[in-house]
Amino acid sequence: MTQANVLRIGCAAGFSGDRTDAALPIVEDLIAAGRPSVLMFETLAERTLALAQLARRDDPDAGFEPLLDELLRPVLALCLQHGIRIVSNFGAANPRGAARRILTLAAELGTRTPRVAVVEGDDLLGDVHRPMLERALGQRLPQAPIVSANAYIGAEPIAEALRAGADIVVCGRVADPSLVLGPAIAHFGWSMQDWDRLARATMAGHLLECGSQVTGGYFADPGFKDVPDLAHVGYPIADIDADGHCTISKPAGTGGRIDARTVKEQLLYELHDPAAYLTPDVVADITQARVLEVAVDRARLEGVLGHERPPTLKVNVCFEAGWFAEAEISYAGPRAGLRALLAADVVRERLGQQEKIRVDLIGVNSVLGDDGNEWLPSAGKDRDKHERQMQALHDARDVRLRLSWQRQDRGDALRLTREVNALYCCGPAGGGGVRSAVRARLGTVSCLVPRDAVRTRFDWVA
Amino acid sequence: MTHPSLSKPLHRLAHGRTGDKGNRSNISVIAWHPALWDLLVREVTEERVAAQFAARHPSQVTRYLLPHLQAMNFVLDEVLDGGVNDALNLDSHGKALSFLLLEMPIAVPGELHPYLAGRAVQA
Repeated sequence: MTQANVLRIGCAAGFSGDRTDAALPIVEDLIAAGRPSVLMFETLAERTLALAQLARRDDPDAGFEPLLDELLRPVLALCLQHGIRIVSNFGAANPRGAARRILTLAAELGTRTPRVAVVEGDDLLGDVHRPMLERALGQRLPQAPIVSANAYIGAEPIAEALRAGADIVVCGRVADPSLVLGPAIAHFGWSMQDWDRLARATMAGHLLECGSQVTGGYFADPGFKDVPDLAHVGYPIADIDADGHCTISKPAGTGGRIDARTVKEQLLYELHDPAAYLTPDVVADITQARVLEVAVDRARLEGVLGHERPPTLKVNVCFEAGWFAEAEISYAGPRAGLRALLAADVVRERLGQQEKIRVDLIGVNSVLGDDGNEWLPSAGKDRDKHERQMQALHDARDVRLRLSWQRQDRGDALRLTREVNALYCCGPAGGGGVRSAVRARLGTVSCLVPRDAVRTRFDWVA
Repeated sequence: MTHPSLSKPLHRLAHGRTGDKGNRSNISVIAWHPALWDLLVREVTEERVAAQFAARHPSQVTRYLLPHLQAMNFVLDEVLDGGVNDALNLDSHGKALSFLLLEMPIAVPGELHPYLAGRAVQA
């Protein structure tokens, strides 16, 4: 591959709260290779945007990625100096706020003033959009106050901003893979109907969007899937060619691994129908895709197909949904499981058996049961199952009881934490280490809206 | 001569990862070795996966096959107690659920035993 027809994109964050030391090794690698290159940060999840909107409600200057400074400070000057573009969705609920913060940071660092573009149009909060949401949600429209409503928008405004000369593009809720597709479209000049190429670069974006999940993060399983130096796992870099095929690598000297297995796990991550991975830009089809190990820690994805993009965009709506309370207490030694179960029964009886209270006996069953508590011995009708569950309780010697429920009223939610606290003196023998928390809860509904109803654009921030 | 089949947990034959969208979980099942692919297709069916997840009450289990990748994708509807924002459970993303699936016992013919993964004690 010649320098001219490859675009290199490195991803230095896969979610809000990801490690903040990943970018520097990537940027050093991009500089050393000397090709046209982009640094990408992906910091939004289903829940993150609503939390950002709540933060902005309290402080109009907030609502963008809280770790923005930590992520950018080590690399901003280097990127500007070497022409590495930065593309990110860390604008969250306030892309302009994030852009202004970047300009301030650049001034503090003494770099040249970057050309910062913001991408807007995803935010559908506000009265003007309300009738559209009402139509799209129908009976599912939340009665409670809406906290956030954002459409997953696509790559076009990112590509336009880069073509117009942006050094940094700050987005809100663009689809994660669009953060890679946008730069690829700008670099290669693909048509927005070139479905195969759009789909290939989209799947390159899908491989990058979770950061280290393609380079050995979230993969290690000792004795089965060993990962070298997981503590310093390197984040991924994709070399994208003019046809959209990609090769995944990571910076030299970093930990982790890249092979067909790490790439396949990430390729299928959060996918439903592999023939129809829906994005705002294209419908990607990986049924014919192949993953090739081309060298140590280098894997190539080929064979992705594309189909015409959907006529609608997905919108996530978050709303206020009361309060969530949880409380925990520990039991140890002989009959620990039985004492923990008795403690749960005491609290449930005092709060009203008919209420939906989730019971977890951590160390016995805390992940695999469901909110209905059907796994609890007292609720079982199947005799064999009952025997197995009782045996598990008898065998457990180190059990932490966890109880949780949700209420509309905060004071009501606090009743759970008070009852668990009372177990100190009134509960079974030997209970200790009560911890409890009550926090505001957000609900989510999603819907589809016509593509034409969402106007996207980019704008400069000075 | 034919070798006897022995019951092995699925994690000796395959690896996988869970993802979530709303109240829906998807779990990949990826063959450790191409030789194991046909057995996985035969044994890891929608019905068996639904049974494995009975405690989570999936409203639907759909299997997608990707023979070029020797991988399959299971989509399980309504298994997350409402999803990341609604559930009362600890793992509200359902991130640990791939290992519930990978516990499923599979009868593995003797001739395929050399392809099983893991340096764990052969059981």
